[in-house]
Amino acid sequence: MNYYLQILTVITINSILAVSLNLVSGYTGQLSLGHATFMGIGAYAATLFTLKLHLPFLVSIILGATVAAFFGFIIGVPTLRLRGDYLAIATLGFGEIMKNILLNLKITGGPMGLRGIPKVTNIYVAAAALILVVFSLNRIMNSRVGKSFIAIREDELAAEAMGINTTRFKILAFIVGAFYAGLAGGLYAFLFRYINPKDFGFMRSIEILCMVVLGGMGNTYGAVLGAFIITVLPEFLRSVSPVVAQYRMVLYGLLLVIMMIVKPQGILSGTSLSNKSKHKNILEKGGQQ
Amino acid sequence: MFFEQIINGLTLGSTYSLIALGYTMVYGILELINFAHSEIYMIGSFIGLMMVTVYKLPFVLALIVSMAGSCLLGISIEKAAYRPLRKANRIAPLISAIGVSIFLQNAVLMLVGPQARSFPANFSVKNLKLGTFLQISTLQLLILVVSIILMVGLHFLIQKTKIGQAMRATAQDKETAQLMGIKIDQVISFTFAIGSALGGAAGVLVGVYFDSVDPMMGFFPGLKGFVAAVLGGIGSIPGAMLGGLILGLVEMLGAVYMSRYKDAIAFAVLIFILLLKPTGLLGRRVQEKV
Repeated sequence: MNYYLQILTVITINSILAVSLNLVSGYTGQLSLGHATFMGIGAYAATLFTLKLHLPFLVSIILGATVAAFFGFIIGVPTLRLRGDYLAIATLGFGEIMKNILLNLKITGGPMGLRGIPKVTNIYVAAAALILVVFSLNRIMNSRVGKSFIAIREDELAAEAMGINTTRFKILAFIVGAFYAGLAGGLYAFLFRYINPKDFGFMRSIEILCMVVLGGMGNTYGAVLGAFIITVLPEFLRSVSPVVAQYRMVLYGLLLVIMMIVKPQGILSGTSLSNKSKHKNILEKGGQQ
Repeated sequence: MFFEQIINGLTLGSTYSLIALGYTMVYGILELINFAHSEIYMIGSFIGLMMVTVYKLPFVLALIVSMAGSCLLGISIEKAAYRPLRKANRIAPLISAIGVSIFLQNAVLMLVGPQARSFPANFSVKNLKLGTFLQISTLQLLILVVSIILMVGLHFLIQKTKIGQAMRATAQDKETAQLMGIKIDQVISFTFAIGSALGGAAGVLVGVYFDSVDPMMGFFPGLKGFVAAVLGGIGSIPGAMLGGLILGLVEMLGAVYMSRYKDAIAFAVLIFILLLKPTGLLGRRVQEKV
């Protein structure tokens, strides 16, 4: 496949990841630092379904996403009782544990990872997946469920007082987010044809979070824009000149800082009401509690 | 074997405590997870290495120079990357911190290359026998003693001095502290300075303990220092010390029985404790009001 098409496919997959994290962190307000875990579970599950059980591609990636969603449920039930930064750290912890397990199991190939995955993902498959994800997410966000997510972000206590079962909806957001991330993971595996536990570590989670924050938390299209920028930026810096290519990652770090200072609320800032509200959530400056 | 692992665990744990203190102090005041802290630790280690190998300074002097360097680095990071974001939402400084971390890590990588360097101890290392079971190397003893001195010093600074009082006031309520005439910008700078100095010291101690320094060395200890801070209750200084020691012990004992899952053990303990006590071991429970 030609280089630009490859980049475009990666952007599309990253967009699915950013959109799915945006559901958990941007819309529902639960900061997760372990989103790449679900991507990894989806990638490994989909790959194993194809390599071991010889299931067709589509069935594999959907089953893979379902496995990721199931893990979202398992991880979500205990951790979502925690709030704010404690939740963030618990998700980070689960991510590292999962990476450790993937590194040690026989079936996942340990640190060698899995290779020989057929190349099925192309720009059409990825784009179709992204469109489906964005469409279904819009349907969710316009429903009662979506409004409950936003109510939880704006004020968890008030949402509970309004009769929303906050724990249940937080877990639901986590499961749906994990399903989408697992889907992206499956697409990723069938694009690069090789997966390794290190592909789904903490740095990947951070990268996804950067996409969401940069695009503007709580805005689906912002997440897509963020994914575009974060994916293209290092490639662009690489192509400018060999000197710049050498300093690529240094510049990347610097640009993240500058972008935050120039536009801390992200490029397309979210639909949050919290600019007016005095209550504390992750989109807002933390005052005293 | 068991007692040896206890000593190893305490040594490693005391360095985790030093790292955790930097996280917890900054979090206590700014509610920011300072991801750049692990890079301060790494750069502190490099400064120490340079002082020992290039300038042939005695170890303790190298440690002090490295702490001073880390201090300056911490203050500059706060001024450049966090201060402009003080009024922004909570997540922007977090991303900015990650940006600083990527920047510093790769800048050092460009300067010195990816290979690990040996960090020779420029003093003789002997094994001391304590009774029949116990034996401790002078290196471990040094690490423990330096950590204890630094932690006692920190405790004194925070509890007994005027600037310590100002730090505690700022952590409790920034606005009211400001109304009482505390210059919170100075206090925040000072907090970063102290936290970074401790991180740099930890970098030097770990560097010489494992005899290895490289630009990527900050990642796992940084993560674990942060886990230690959360374990003890983030924002709590005794909590950070306790959390670090527990983490070091659990990890070293765990390494004996399940060595392949060494890195996972720390996080499993963290999640277990957070589920039992959602604000960490010594964290304050905050009543939420609408």
